[in-house]
Formats: sequence, structure tokens, C-alpha cells
Amino acid sequence: MSNVPADLKYTSSHEWVRALGDGSVEIGITDHAQQALGDLEFVEVPEAGRAVQAGEPCAVVESVKAASDVYAPFAAEVIAGNPRLSAEPETVNAQPYGEGWLMRLRPAAGALAAAGLMSAAQYQQLLETEGG
Amino acid sequence: MSSHEQVIFEYSRAGRGASDQWPQASAAAALADLPAQLRRTQPPALPEVGELETVRHFTRLSQLNFSIDTHFYPLGSCTMKYNPKACNQYAMLPEFLARHPLAPESHGQGLLACLYELQEMLREVTGMAGVALAPMAGAQGEFAGVAMIRAYHRARGDTQRNEIIVPEAAHGTNPATATMCGCVVREIPVESSGDVDLEALRGAVGPNTAGIMLTNPSTLGVFERRIVEVARIVHEAGGLLYYDGANLNAILGKVRPGDMGFDVIHMNLHKTFSTPHGGGGPGAGAVGVGARLMPFLPIPVVGREGERYRWLTESDLPQSIGRLSAFMGNAGVLLRAYIYMRLLGREGMRQVAEYATLNANYLLARLRQAGFEAAYPQRRASHEFIVTLKRQARELNVTAMDFAKRLLDYGFHAPTTYFPLLVPECLLIEPTETESRDTLDAFVTAMSQIQQEAEREPGRVTSAPHTMPVRRLDDVRAARQLDLTWKPTAQP
Amino acid sequence: MAFIPHTEADVAAMLAAIGAARIEDLFDEIPPELRVAALAGMPAALNEMEVGRLMSERARSDGTALCFLGAGAYEHHIPAAVWAIATRGEFYSAYTPYQAEASQGTLQVIYEFQTMIARLTGMEVANASMYDGASASAEAALMAVRANRRSRAARILVPSTLHPHYRRVALATAANQGLRFEELAYCSVEGIVRPASLASYEGHDVTALVIQQPNFFGRLEDVDALTDWAHAHGALVVAVVNPTSLALLKPPGAWGARGADIAVGEGQPLGVPLSSGGPYLGFMATRTEYVRQMPGRIVGRTLDSAGRTGFTLTLQAREQHIRRARATSNICTNQGLLVTAATIYLALMGPQGLERTAAACHARTRELLAALTRVPGVRLAFAGAHFHEAVLQLDRPVAPVLRALARAGILGGLDLSAYYPELGHALLVCATETRTTADIDRYRAALGEALQGARAA
Repeated sequence: MSNVPADLKYTSSHEWVRALGDGSVEIGITDHAQQALGDLEFVEVPEAGRAVQAGEPCAVVESVKAASDVYAPFAAEVIAGNPRLSAEPETVNAQPYGEGWLMRLRPAAGALAAAGLMSAAQYQQLLETEGG
Repeated sequence: MSSHEQVIFEYSRAGRGASDQWPQASAAAALADLPAQLRRTQPPALPEVGELETVRHFTRLSQLNFSIDTHFYPLGSCTMKYNPKACNQYAMLPEFLARHPLAPESHGQGLLACLYELQEMLREVTGMAGVALAPMAGAQGEFAGVAMIRAYHRARGDTQRNEIIVPEAAHGTNPATATMCGCVVREIPVESSGDVDLEALRGAVGPNTAGIMLTNPSTLGVFERRIVEVARIVHEAGGLLYYDGANLNAILGKVRPGDMGFDVIHMNLHKTFSTPHGGGGPGAGAVGVGARLMPFLPIPVVGREGERYRWLTESDLPQSIGRLSAFMGNAGVLLRAYIYMRLLGREGMRQVAEYATLNANYLLARLRQAGFEAAYPQRRASHEFIVTLKRQARELNVTAMDFAKRLLDYGFHAPTTYFPLLVPECLLIEPTETESRDTLDAFVTAMSQIQQEAEREPGRVTSAPHTMPVRRLDDVRAARQLDLTWKPTAQP
Repeated sequence: MAFIPHTEADVAAMLAAIGAARIEDLFDEIPPELRVAALAGMPAALNEMEVGRLMSERARSDGTALCFLGAGAYEHHIPAAVWAIATRGEFYSAYTPYQAEASQGTLQVIYEFQTMIARLTGMEVANASMYDGASASAEAALMAVRANRRSRAARILVPSTLHPHYRRVALATAANQGLRFEELAYCSVEGIVRPASLASYEGHDVTALVIQQPNFFGRLEDVDALTDWAHAHGALVVAVVNPTSLALLKPPGAWGARGADIAVGEGQPLGVPLSSGGPYLGFMATRTEYVRQMPGRIVGRTLDSAGRTGFTLTLQAREQHIRRARATSNICTNQGLLVTAATIYLALMGPQGLERTAAACHARTRELLAALTRVPGVRLAFAGAHFHEAVLQLDRPVAPVLRALARAGILGGLDLSAYYPELGHALLVCATETRTTADIDRYRAALGEALQGARAA
């Protein structure tokens, strides 16, 4: 069982998206994802100023078991990567929706709306069909 | 098992050394022409230890290992069969060891004869048209195979063919290799029977298909029964078939990849042909090709002209995918494989698959009788099979990993765990043909005892191993607090 | 014989347990039309005595010649203990150390090897080895592309003084991944890459510069100037080095102001016999900040659940992680047996032994060059400092001369005319600590004879 906060949006590759109110968004990986990966021992976040395309891998989360790419859900400019994670990658496991955020992005015009993000209920549905 | 052994640097004392091994000191003047700014200022910080200390240290370390020479090692997909001592002894004859790789062919006809005959025997046993011995490992053989497929399509002007189809049960190196060759991976599902989903395959092939990478028997330990149909579908779409030879031990002398329709194969000489695993290498990943791919073989290849042997290089094979090693690959490993194949001969080669399959099916039957669950109970085992411990994990909270660790206490190296990823809590078990029935029975007994422990005293299993030089190691700590080189005052 | 231990009684009991009548029934899932009848092309089995005789005959027919060949593989004294221990069954027939508790011997050896290589190269971390020096160099180029974030060009500058086979392997390995290898010419007088020749790359995006030291000609490059140039232009430095030479020469970690970024090379000189070209071992070392970009296996030290020190493979998630961005590797092996030999060798030789070996190589080569250049028609190609190899130029084609020497039981060196035609009749010669004054004199005399008679071409 994993936690799926109702106020966030989700992607089919297990990222969550939080609107920050000023047009920018915060992105991380879901509770399901952090459970599946296990204890993270390394996180690589993108550098500020980088432009990313929709679907472009822009961060990496690495545990003993697996290394996974994290994808930009839409075209955007990177505002910041979470600086805490290079020293404390386990923050993602402990607080995947809070202090364990991965990056903050400014979506390109119209990109957020066009991204087709899932609601919490839809993501929950996805997890059930995947058996997660 | 001996107790914990210090790191060699901890034995180091200034001024110690195996001085009998050193050349005489040279006059300082001999080095005078080396410019000062290109010289080291301090000697390298290598350990200073005497010869007996060194011998003791490394001998004691060897005693901390499991090995085929000491333990049953049923690692699925690894083919841990006996490494005959004769192979080592004759591959290490002084003339073979002393020969420089660039020595003239006139001074290497004996070696070249062995390598040429090895090529021919591998061709015969796999049903292929040509063989190259240069790739130095299975992964390099895979790379050569996919690179040849790409080169073939490019040579015909089919530059859009860049998709490699891979079954979802495939080993991780397959997609990595495809990507390394600039290809895109398309995964197709496998049916619950273990065979590739033909409908999905038909949907996946098209004008962009470069080829498909398959193992047969598959990574699920079962024979791909409709392989001829698979080959037809891929060939009709213009793609080629690549055979991952990891499981060749199951069909040696029974079926040949060339006859199944494969265009290119790689063989793991360190698995099927019993060259030593050596604690992680060296391997040799010889490749075999059908006629279409002959021009693209990696160089060098051994050629014969009448009674003389010689190296075929770029000028002989202008369309070759190129050179993969500085010289000609792992000659010493190839000699060992050659000797092994000569010892087996025609008759022995046929026995390999027969007895490997007999042993696997017997072990599967006995384990099922003992209450363990086969992943594909309706199928014959090939040379290996999968047991799933998902029930134990669910009901007793004892996992495949726990069983694997407890087996060490019983004197058995664990089977492969958690591969293939498709089967939860799995053990992939490959006994090989060189194990006796007594050994297999002892393994079943150990597994049954561990099962009983799991039911009555699960802590004993989940905290195993208890009798090894170390208990379970903290992998997470190893990755988070990287300690990759020894430092004098470091505490772990 | 296939080393099958089964008796007929065993087979019968096993078939009964399976519920099959014959072994052939176990193959009933395989379509009959695929079944091969007999392996007609395979020879009949030989027993061990017969195989031994065959191999001994073939080895004898090859014989052993006096070796003055280097070019990437070097004959050195190997202490008897090295292979006596490396071929112990516990090392020889052990698998990759995936079950760490059952593999502490292998894992600790690798950890010690990583430490020795890091110290020898002056770098911070090393991996558990690669297939050979050539593939390690190719992997280093791929790694530099991954590690150098600021560069988008994937352009690697490669001196033509890098071993020709290493250049070919790099091309074959990296060609399909969009890497561009551009060759730097060498100075025909000095036989090295002059830093000034890099001027044409000013203002261009260069991802990495490869520097071999000593270079293929045995000449010593100006590693400090080259390294500093690369760093000043945002490029990483890949050092390709000879491990024996590192006992005397400044290691890559000390090149220039910041040191090289990746150091690779061929580990064969460290206790591995020539063995016709393999198996050898490549080594790779780098800065801690790049360790996650480094391919291959890595062993780390950690604690077990009882708080004791233990060793385990670590950072394994990298191995099968396919980074779709660029520059992937599929490597998942190391040369375990050769690593064992190299570690024992370095422990036995220690800093003094390795330094004496290197010094003796240098001294013997100088002696060789002095002797051979006294023969009329032989001159040294390049002025300047060499280490244990050098190029000679003859007054006539090299191939027939080498054949004459081979008939006299001497491997005189490598004919460079196919690789570097601009050097004319060029021969790469080498002398290690294993060559004596008597050996060198024998070569000089044989060369003198070979060059007598018909005048120069």
C-alpha cells in the first residue's frame, strides 16, 4: 500500500507534480516508486537553467537494486534541483512528497495543460492494475 | 573457513620486501636522461611485505571463497561445470605462455592450428558458417553480434533499421548492448507458458526492425518451442536473429542455433566450454555467423591456406566491424576451450546436454516432491529451471534471498536469485552435467531442512548466513559511504 | 569424456524419479526437425594423455625466441608464487562474487588491487579491471563523454602516437554512439605531440584529450602542458599509461595543475605472461566525483550485521542502467584471475621491486639502442627521452630483416611501415629487465649480419 496525496498530479512513470502557485511546479517520485526502489543511495538532479523536453530524462535515482531515470513530464526550464539530496538521498524515501522533492521547473507556455497528467484517483487506479 | 584476514597494507613494514624477486639495482646515471619534471617525486605507496607473508595472505584469502573445486555451485545461466585441470596445464605450456602476440606467424603455427581447429569445432557444434574468436567476454560477443547486424543493414542501404526486439525476460545486457550499438529497444511480452508471444512479435516487426535477440532455451529455463516460426516472422520482415549463447549447454550436440534460423550467435566459452571463471573473468565470447554476416566478422580471424595458418585482418575483411581487442583476444582462454573440446570429442559433446538436462529434470522432480513450487510446472526443464518461493515469502516472510544465504551454511553456493525478473522470489537452478546424483540429493535435503527451519524458526533463515567469514553485508552503507580504496587510519 | 560421474544405476533411478523412460524423452519439447543427427565434423574424443601429447608437440613446434618486441605487451620476470596462488582452485574456479559472504577472498583481492592501482596512478578510485588496455581506453572515451557535462560535441582528440590498435578498438567500440575521434599529428623530429599543435582547437568544443605515456614510440610526451591545455579548454584528460613505468614516471594524478581525469592502461606487465595476446587486464582509475560514470565492477568495504569488516560489489545499479542520453557501456565483467595475479605480483615486488624493474628496463633499452645504432645502416628515429622502447630507422625494408632475425631465433621488434608509412623503414624495439648484455650482443651481431651484403634500398 502506498500513499497517494489527493492534491497532486501524477505521471504513469511514477512522478508527482505540485503546482507552486506562481506558475512553477515541484516534481518528485511517488511513495510507490520509493518503496519499489528501496533505500536510495544516490540522487542526481538537474542544474538550474537547463531546458528540458517532454519525456526527457533529467534526474536519476539510484538504490542498491536499481538506477532509474526520472522524466520531465513536459517541456520546461529547470529552476532548481533539490540541493539536499546529494548528501542525504534517503530524504526521498522518508519524505517523498515533502523534503524529498527532486526539482522545481517552469513549464513552457501551455505545456502543463497539454501534459495529460493523472489525478490522484487515476494514479491509484494505475497502481492497482500494476499490482502495486 | 579461516577467520578475518587483514588487508595487505596492514602487513606492510618499511624496508620489507621480497628482494629475491627484484632485478639488480641500476646505476643512478642510467636514469639521468629522464627529465626531472616527468619523474615521480615519491615511490608508489605499494605494500612492503616479504614473500612468505604474501603467500600466506593470499592463500588465506583463497580459503575464504566458495569455488567449483570446493562446492556445488548451481548458479542458473552460469554453467558452473568442472574446469578440467588438463585444460589449465596444457594451455600454460611455457611456449604458449612466452609467445608475444606480435610474433610472426612462422613462429606460431602450433598455436594457430589450435585456434583454427577451435573455430571449426565451434562452427560444427553451432551450425554456423564462420566463427571469430576475438571478443573477450560474453558482453563483447553480444556487442559484436549486434554491431554486425547493423553493419549488414547499412551495407544494403537499410539505414532506417535500428530497432532491436527483446523479450521482456531478457538479461539486462541485451538492451544495454542494443543501445551501445545505436539501436532502440522494443520489448515484447512472454506468455505464461514461457514462450514468446507470437502475436506481439508480429505487431512489433516492420521496416525498422534490425533484428531480435533471443536465448534458447530462454532465460526462463524452457525451450522456445515455436522458434522456427519466430525466425520466419523476423526474417520475412527483413530482420536478423541474434542468439545469446548463455544457455548453449542445454542443447550442445542436440540442436544447433544455425539450424534454428539464427544469423549470429555469441558463445560464452567460460560457461559452455568450461574455461575458468576466475573470480569474475577472464571470459571469451566467440561469435558465429551465417553466410550473410561473414564479411562483417570482427578481426582477427584465423585463416588457412593449404597447410599454413595465418591471421586474417582488415585487408582480408574490409567490411569487418573492426578490432575489439589490442591483439587477438584471450588466447589463453581459447586454448583451454580447445583442449576441453578435444577431450570431449564428438561423443562427449552429445553427452553434455543429455546429462545437464537429466540432472536439471531430476533436481526439479525431487524439489517438487519435497514441496517446492516450479515456476513452469507444465514444462520440461532444460539444463536449468526456476523454483519460486513466493508462497514462503507471503506466508512465512522468508524470501528467496534468505534461502540463498542459508544454503551457504549448508555448504552450497546459492542458485541465481531474482533473475529472471518476471518470476517473483525465484531461484534459477542449473546443476550442470558434471555433478553426481549424490550431490543433487544432498542439495534437496538441505533445501528441505531450510524449509522446515522457515516454518519453525524463521529467524534462523532470515539472519543467515551464520557460518561464513562474514554475516550479511550492509549494501546500502557500501553505496552511501564509499570506501573503495584502503586508507591507513580509516575506520569502515 | 565429458566428466560425467553418472553410473547406469544412477541414470535409471533418476529417470524413474522424473517419470521418463529414456534421456531422449527429456528433449521431447524440441521440434524433431531441429534435432541434429551426429556431429560429423567433430573429431573423436582424446584422452588426457593424447591431448597432452598433441599440445606439447604444437608448443614445441612454436618454440621460444629471444624477444625484443614490446608494442603494448612486455616480457617481465614473474615470481613463481604469482601463478602458484592464482591457479589455486579457490581462486581459479570461483565465480563472480555476487554472494559476498561466500566470496570474501576474491572481493578482498579486488579491493587491494583497486587500492594499488589508485596509488600507482595517483588517482582517487579505481575499478575492478576491464578486458584489456585497448578496451579500457575506449571505455574511458565513452566515460569522458558522460562525465563532461559542459561539452556537447562528444569530440575526442587522439594523438596518432597512441597505440594504433587502441585507436582501432576505440573506433569499433564507440562508432555507433556518435563519438568523434580526431587525430593529432606528432612532430616528426621529436616523435611526440607538441602542445603548440593544439592551437587549431582553440575556441572549439573538445570533450576529452587522450595522452599515452610513454607513447607508442616509447617517447615521453609533455604531459603537463598537454593536461593544462585540455583543462583550460574545458576538456577532460584521459591518460593511457604503462604500469611498470609508473614506478619512475610522474603518475597521471600529478599531471599538470589538476591531474588527469581518467587513467587507464594495460595491466599485463604486472605478473601476466605474454600468452599470445591474452587474457590480459585493463585498469581504470578516476576522481571520486566521476566514480558513478566509471564502467565495470567496483568493490567496496562495509560492515556486516555483526559490525565486522567485509567486502561487497557496490554501485551495481549502474551496470545495467541504460542511460539513454548518450555513451552507454554494456560491460559486466572484470578479469578476476588476472587481477589476482597482478595483486600478488605488486605485493611481491613492492615499491622497490617495481622501481628496480622499471630502471632496469630503461637501462637495458638504452644499452640496446647504443648497441644497435653502432650497426651501419641503423639510426635512432627521434631525439629526446624514451622509456623502455624506441623507434629505429633502417636503411632498407624492415620485413626481410625481421625474417632473417627470426631465423636466428630473435624477435627483433615491430615493423612500423604498415602503421606509420611516413617513418620509412621503421622498427619499434624494446628491452626489459629480462634481457641481458649477452642477449643484446647476440641481437647486435645478428642484425649486423642481416644488414651485410646487398647495399641499402
